[in-house]
Amino acid sequence: MTVSIQLEVNGKPVQATVEPRRLLVHFLREDLGLTGANIGCETSLCGACTVLVDGDAVKSCTMLAAQADGASVTTIEGLARNGDLHPLQEGFWEKHGLQCGYCTPGMILSANYLLAQNPSPSDEEIREGLKGNICRCTGYHNIVEAVKYAAERMS
Amino acid sequence: MARVLGTSIKRREDPALITGRGKYTDDLQAAGMAHAAIVRSPYAHARIRGIDTSAAEALPGVLAVLTARDVAAAGIPGVVPVGWLLPDLKTPAHPMIAADTVRHVGDAVAVVVAEDRYLARDAAERVAVDYEPLDAVADVVAALEDGAPAVHEEAPGNVAFDWEIGDSESVDAAFASAANTVELDLRNNRLIPHAIEPRAVLASFDSSTGEMTIHMTSQNPHVHRLLMTLASLGMPEHKVRIVAPEVGGGFGSKIHHYADEAIVGLCSMKLDRPVKWAATRTETNLTDAHGRDHSTHCALALDADGRITGLRVDTAAAMGAYLSTFAPAVPTYLYGTLMSGQYDIPAIHCHVTGVFTHTAPVDAYRGAGRPEATYVVERLMHLAGEATGLGPVEVRRRNFVPADAFPYQTQVALAYDSGNYGPAMDRALEMIGYDDLRTEQASRRGNGGGKLIGIGFSSYIEACGLAPSAVVGSLGAQAGQWESADVRVHPTASVTVYTGSSSHGQGHETTFSQIVADKLGIAPEAVEVIHGDTDLVQFGMGTYGSRSAAVGGSAIVKSVEKIIEKGKKIAAHLLEASAEDLEFEDGSFRVAGSPDRALALGDVALQAYLAHNYPDDLEPGLSATSFYDPANFTYPFGTHVCVVEVDTETGSIDLLRYAAVDDVGNVINPMIVDGQLHGGLAQGIGQALWENAVYDDSGQLVSGSLMDYAVPKIHNLIPFELDRTTTPCPHNPLGVKGVGEAGAIASPAAVVNAVVDALAPFGISHIDMPLTPEKVWRAVNG
Ligand code: FES
Ligand code: FES
Repeated sequence: MTVSIQLEVNGKPVQATVEPRRLLVHFLREDLGLTGANIGCETSLCGACTVLVDGDAVKSCTMLAAQADGASVTTIEGLARNGDLHPLQEGFWEKHGLQCGYCTPGMILSANYLLAQNPSPSDEEIREGLKGNICRCTGYHNIVEAVKYAAERMS
Repeated sequence: MARVLGTSIKRREDPALITGRGKYTDDLQAAGMAHAAIVRSPYAHARIRGIDTSAAEALPGVLAVLTARDVAAAGIPGVVPVGWLLPDLKTPAHPMIAADTVRHVGDAVAVVVAEDRYLARDAAERVAVDYEPLDAVADVVAALEDGAPAVHEEAPGNVAFDWEIGDSESVDAAFASAANTVELDLRNNRLIPHAIEPRAVLASFDSSTGEMTIHMTSQNPHVHRLLMTLASLGMPEHKVRIVAPEVGGGFGSKIHHYADEAIVGLCSMKLDRPVKWAATRTETNLTDAHGRDHSTHCALALDADGRITGLRVDTAAAMGAYLSTFAPAVPTYLYGTLMSGQYDIPAIHCHVTGVFTHTAPVDAYRGAGRPEATYVVERLMHLAGEATGLGPVEVRRRNFVPADAFPYQTQVALAYDSGNYGPAMDRALEMIGYDDLRTEQASRRGNGGGKLIGIGFSSYIEACGLAPSAVVGSLGAQAGQWESADVRVHPTASVTVYTGSSSHGQGHETTFSQIVADKLGIAPEAVEVIHGDTDLVQFGMGTYGSRSAAVGGSAIVKSVEKIIEKGKKIAAHLLEASAEDLEFEDGSFRVAGSPDRALALGDVALQAYLAHNYPDDLEPGLSATSFYDPANFTYPFGTHVCVVEVDTETGSIDLLRYAAVDDVGNVINPMIVDGQLHGGLAQGIGQALWENAVYDDSGQLVSGSLMDYAVPKIHNLIPFELDRTTTPCPHNPLGVKGVGEAGAIASPAAVVNAVVDALAPFGISHIDMPLTPEKVWRAVNG
C-alpha cells in the first residue's frame, strides 16, 4: 500500500508515493537525496534529524512522510540563499560550533526556530532552546557562541 | 608572510558540514545496493538450539539470511581478533556470528539482507531463534565470585588476565612506616561512547575483480583493513579498500574492529552486490565497545610532612564478553603506568585483573585508562589533603615532580620527558579566585543553609601520542604506533598531503595544512590534505590516543624537511651555488649572504618536474614519504578546578564554574585545541554527574537508549574557562603533545572532589559516579 503526497521541500514542489510507514527522514534522505538531516537515534531524542516543517523545528524521525503532505519543509540544504550562507551557518563556522558535524544540521535548524521565536536570546535561553539537540563533540560552549553570533548578525 | 602556526584559522572542513553536503557512510548510495539487518541475542547468555530462517526468507524482497553456518561454509577465518596480547592472556574465540552460544545481549546470531531497509528489519523479526537461556553475570565484581556463571570455559573464574606493575614490597614498607594513610573503594562507571553517528558500513564486492570497497565509520581504515582481511574475511589485503568518509564522532568506539562490519562484508561477497548496514542507536549502544567499568581498592601512604611514600592499587577491570581490539591494553599499559600522576612517588604497585562479563566488550573510550588512573590518584590526593590538614592545593604542590627533575623516571615504567606543574596550578587558582571561594564556602557553611559550595581539583598527567613502536610491541601490541605522511609538491607549488591520520571531527585537514603552509612558506589554501582511504594513503595507524598532531603531524614535518633538502639541491644547481650555502625561508631558496640570488618554491618545483636543467644525481619530482616513529610518549598535563553548589535537601548539584589550565605543548590552531578540550570536558563531567551504562542482574542493558543513558545536554553544562601554559614536547619537531583526551581525563576527579568538598561537613569522603541527586541525598541523609 502506498499514499500520494504533495509538499514543498526547500521551496520546490515535490510529489511522491510513499509507504504509509515511511519516516519523513528516510523520505528526505533516501528518496530526495537530501542527506543533510542525519539519523542519530530514530527515537526523537538526539535532534540530528531536525528539519523545519511549516516553520516549526521537527524531528523528522518521528514524523511520517505522509504527515508532511501539504507542508513546506526546509532542510539544511535549503538554508543558504543564492549561495550566501545563513547567519547561523556563518556563526557555526566562525565560532567553531561543530566538530564532526553530525549534529550540526539539526542544531542549526533548531537554532533557526529559536531565533524566529526569540531574536535576541540570552545564553540561558539559548541553552534552554536547544536542549532537544545532542552534540557529543563540542561540549556546547561554542554552539552558544555561534547562535549569539547569528542573533547579532540577524538583528 | 603571516604566521599560520598558532593561529585560529577557520576550519576548511566546515562549509560542507554546515550546508548538509558532507557525506557520512549512511548518506552513500550504490547502484544495486541492498540493506542488511542483524538479528541479535535478547539474552545475555544462552545456548542456541536452532535457528529457523524460513519465514524471513519467504518474505518477497529478502535476498539472503545468513547464520554461523554460512560463515563456516564460506571457508573464511570468521572471527573478530584481539590486537593486544598480555602474558597468559586468555583469548577465547570471538566468532563473527555466534554459532552455539551467545554471550551478551546484542551478540549477532544472523543477518538478513533485503532490497530495502524497512524490509530487512521486517524480515529480521521473522528469524526464529530457539534459545536455552543460561545464567549470566554482568557485574565485574560478581563475575569474580566463586560459582559465578562462566563466560568462557577457557577462562576459569572469568579471569582474562592478571597483571601487575611496580614493586609491592617497597609499597608494603611505605605503608608500614607511614605517618598517614588514606584509602578508598571506588567504582569507575561503565560508559557508552555515544558518537552521535551510529556505526555504519557500505560494503561493495565485485566478483569480476575480486575487489571489495568498504565505506565505514572508522577512525583507522588501515587497521580495519588489516583486521578485516586477516581475521574475519580472509581476503587478500590488497583487494580490500576501506574508506572512512565523514565520520560523525568516534571517541574510541570507531577504532575497534567489530563483527557487524565483517558480517556486512560477507553479505556483499555472497550476493556480489553492495550491502549497507547502519546501526540503530540501540544496536550501537549494545555493540559498541563501552568504556571504563572498574572496581578498585586504592590507598596512599604519606610521611609526617605530607609527602607521598607509597601508592597501592588493586583493580578489577571488565572486559565484557569478548576481548575487543585493544581491550587488554587499556586497564594495564594505559592505566597502571599512569599511577604516578604529577607526583614524585617512590613506591607504587598496581595490580589489575581483567574480567569477562556477559556484557558488551569494553575497550578504549576517550582517555582510555588514563581517566581511570587520574580518578584514582586525584581522589586519593583529595583525601590526603584532608587527612594531612594540608588541603588540596598544598598537598599537591608538595608532591609535584619538581620542574628541575625532568626527565623524570616514574616507578611504573613511564619516563616523563618534560613538565612544569606548579604554574598550571597557580594559574588555575588565580582564574577561579580561590581565596574568595573558600571565604564564601565558609560563610555558607556558617549560615547553615542547604546549599553548600565545593571546590575540587584535578592535577592530571596523560601519556599520549601513542608512541614508540618497539615499546608498545614489547608490551604486547600487535601493531606499530608510527604514522606515515606522503607530501607531494605539485609543479605549480601547491601541495597535497596524504596522511595516515584519519579525522573524525578533529579538523585534521585544517591543522595539517597549517603545518605544511608554515614550513613551506605558502598559504594554507595551497595545501590539500587527504586521509581516510586505504587506496590513496599508503598506510596509517589512525586517530586515537591524542596522537594525530604529535605523531601524524611530525610525520608531515619530516616529509616537508626532506622536500626542502631536495629543493636546496635543485636550487643550488639552478643558481650555480653549493647546496650547503642555500637557505630556505618564507617560501624561497636563497644563497646565504646574497639575497638577490633566490628561487621561489614554485620555480624549484617546476624544474623538479621538467628536469631539463637538473642535477645529474637527482631523481625528478618533488615529493617525500616519511614514517615517523616517536621516541617517547608525550606528556600533557594541567590542573582543573571545578566549583559546584550542592543542595543538601534535594541532593542536586549545580555546576558553578569550571576552569582548566592545560599544557599541551605548542598549539597549532588554538580554536581547535579549545574545542577539543570543551568536548572532553563535557564527556568527563558527564561521567561524573550523569552517564552510566547499567546492566541488570540478568545482563539486560537497562540504559541502552538516550532515554535512560544521560548524555549531557546543552542546558546541563556551563561555559568553560580555559587557559594554557606551554612546555613544548622536547622530542618531536613541532613541540606538540596532544589534546583530544585531556578534558575527559581530568574532569571526573575535579567534579567528584568538588562535591565531596562541599559535603565535608557531613563527613562524606566518597560517592561513586555518577553523582545522581539520589546518591547525594542518601549520602547526606545517612
Ligand atoms: S534521529 Fe531523530 S531525534 Fe535522533
Ligand atoms: S559536532 Fe559532532 S555531534 Fe555535534
